Amino acid sequence: MERDRATLKERLGTAIPVIVLVILTLPILIGYAWIIISTFSRTTYGLEPQGSLTLKNWSFLWQDSKVWSVTANTVILALGQTIGVVAVSSLAGYALSRLNFPGRKPFLGMTLILHSFPAVTLLIAIYFVLRWVSRLPVVGNDIPIIGGFGYNTLGGVILVQLALDLPLGVWLMKGFFDNVSWDMQRAALIDGCGHFRAWWQIVMPAIRPGIAALVIFTFITGWGSFLIPYTFIADQQNSTLAAYVRSLQGDTSPVNYSQIAAVGLFQLIPVLVFFIFTQEYLMNIFSGGSKGGT
Amino acid sequence: MEVRLENLTKKWGPVIGTEAITLDIHSGEFVAFLGPSGCGKTTTLLMVAGIYKPTAGYVKFDGRIVNRVQPRDRNIGMVFQSYALYPHMTVYDNLVFPMKLKKTPSQVMKERAQRVAEMMDIDKLLDRKPGQLSGGQQQRVALGRALTKEPNLLLFDEPLSNLDARLRLSMRGEIKRLQMDLGITSIYVTHDQVEAMTMADRVAVMKGGHLQAYCTPGELYEEPRNLFIASFIGNPPMNFLHVVVTEENGAYRARREAFDGLVSAERGAKAAGRGEVILGIRPEDMAIAPAAASDGILGEVYVVEPLGRDDLVDVRIAGASLHALADPGLSIRIGDPVRVRFDPEKVQFFDQSKEESLLWA
Repeated sequence: MERDRATLKERLGTAIPVIVLVILTLPILIGYAWIIISTFSRTTYGLEPQGSLTLKNWSFLWQDSKVWSVTANTVILALGQTIGVVAVSSLAGYALSRLNFPGRKPFLGMTLILHSFPAVTLLIAIYFVLRWVSRLPVVGNDIPIIGGFGYNTLGGVILVQLALDLPLGVWLMKGFFDNVSWDMQRAALIDGCGHFRAWWQIVMPAIRPGIAALVIFTFITGWGSFLIPYTFIADQQNSTLAAYVRSLQGDTSPVNYSQIAAVGLFQLIPVLVFFIFTQEYLMNIFSGGSKGGT
Repeated sequence: MEVRLENLTKKWGPVIGTEAITLDIHSGEFVAFLGPSGCGKTTTLLMVAGIYKPTAGYVKFDGRIVNRVQPRDRNIGMVFQSYALYPHMTVYDNLVFPMKLKKTPSQVMKERAQRVAEMMDIDKLLDRKPGQLSGGQQQRVALGRALTKEPNLLLFDEPLSNLDARLRLSMRGEIKRLQMDLGITSIYVTHDQVEAMTMADRVAVMKGGHLQAYCTPGELYEEPRNLFIASFIGNPPMNFLHVVVTEENGAYRARREAFDGLVSAERGAKAAGRGEVILGIRPEDMAIAPAAASDGILGEVYVVEPLGRDDLVDVRIAGASLHALADPGLSIRIGDPVRVRFDPEKVQFFDQSKEESLLWA
């Protein structure tokens, strides 16, 4: 009897957290379920589809040619942002972690302030900056693929998002570099590396999990970003998926929520797939990085 | 290879790392840098390695000044406390990495890696990553990596501090034997005086960035040049008492309250007539006798610590504490009155204000 009671207690001990977690995640799961169900129905009542199932909501994939150019734009945006953030953060993080230069601490403090700055408050100022960049030759709006770095170009949006993402990236990378022991770098120098080779062949591989985490994190952020692309890209031609979803909620015609759900799911699929395969690396952000002070 | 440090100084602004360190290391010699943490021993080692640039003074290899030579061009091997293996490479790649950078022919590289791996007993682990190895194995790999490039100088930075006590003991012996067999000039940094005393041919004791002594372990133990060395070397540590030494009919006696002991004439003569001096005596040079014995200084046992082979007995004499090693067979108990004797030939005397030895200065 004693024994049975003990196991019951143990079972309850593991069951209660699970139950609490299930209850907490239920709304999210129901949300996903609704999206998936409604994309295949004309309209839904709760989770229940009304009328027969249909593929009509997915017709944008073959009827609206715009969606593919918009998807390509989103890929370019997410990739550009990722490459920029990782390149700048890893160099800046290395410098902040390893070199002692005047103004290092104030700089770290400033980046933190920038990180906590809400992007919305900067929109108008950024608009003027981008308009000014637009007037520059070539750089403004004459670069292939990204269009340029001015207003109404993908490059401009990448630049702005990059700037907003950098504080977090720099701090994360600094945290990862801080975790690489000085001894390892010294060993590399003694073993025959120059400073650059020691960085490239020894330090960078050692923080590969951290870089992977930052890549995934930035890519997902860029892929799902809405506010900046929506504000600074006027042409549908240059627009991104998130803005495309917004454009479906026309102000004049009645809104087809099932179609919006379908486009939303279309946008979500790559992120979900990406996330499922890479969540292990993503955990590094919480374990490896962000450790250590200034 | 001969190494000479000349007036070697490292400062970061007002912070002193080391100041005016001068010492010679003979070819094939095993030298230990010993001192408490923050004494500048690792700073000195990193200057020898070329990681730190000296603020002043010179590092000379075989008479050639190498201050400006890059670490990679010094042909040194270094073993770190944290092992500092490259985590993304296998053991084999770790071993050959220095040779790869030197563009050693791959056949030579393979042979040397194999030979070193067998020597270090890690030849079964070549395909593993450092993360899959135990601390002791990692340290062997680190040592192997330092050896594969056949360095002229081996540097050790507290290599055994992260290992457990048993493993430390066996590695200590192995490193000493290996160094002797290979005959590579070596510098070994440690804060563990037992390591320094047991392994090194000569020990450089450092404190606060200054070189305190540079001599053989025997001299360090028997002829400590100042109070710091006397208190730092030896375990259990030396006892110190403030005494006044006086001469009576050719015999020298050290006296204080409730304490009166005979010291050797040769040593006593150097301490007599100086007022109060510090007497030092090691616990193993003392003996404990029952209170009923005819001679010895009467005291009371404050605490007894059994060490196995001996008991470490803390005897209080009018408030002063003296540690002595005693035979466990005596079965001394706390609170017992006992008599303390010490070997008059083994006493040390130090100047009270300068803290320097009156015998060996």
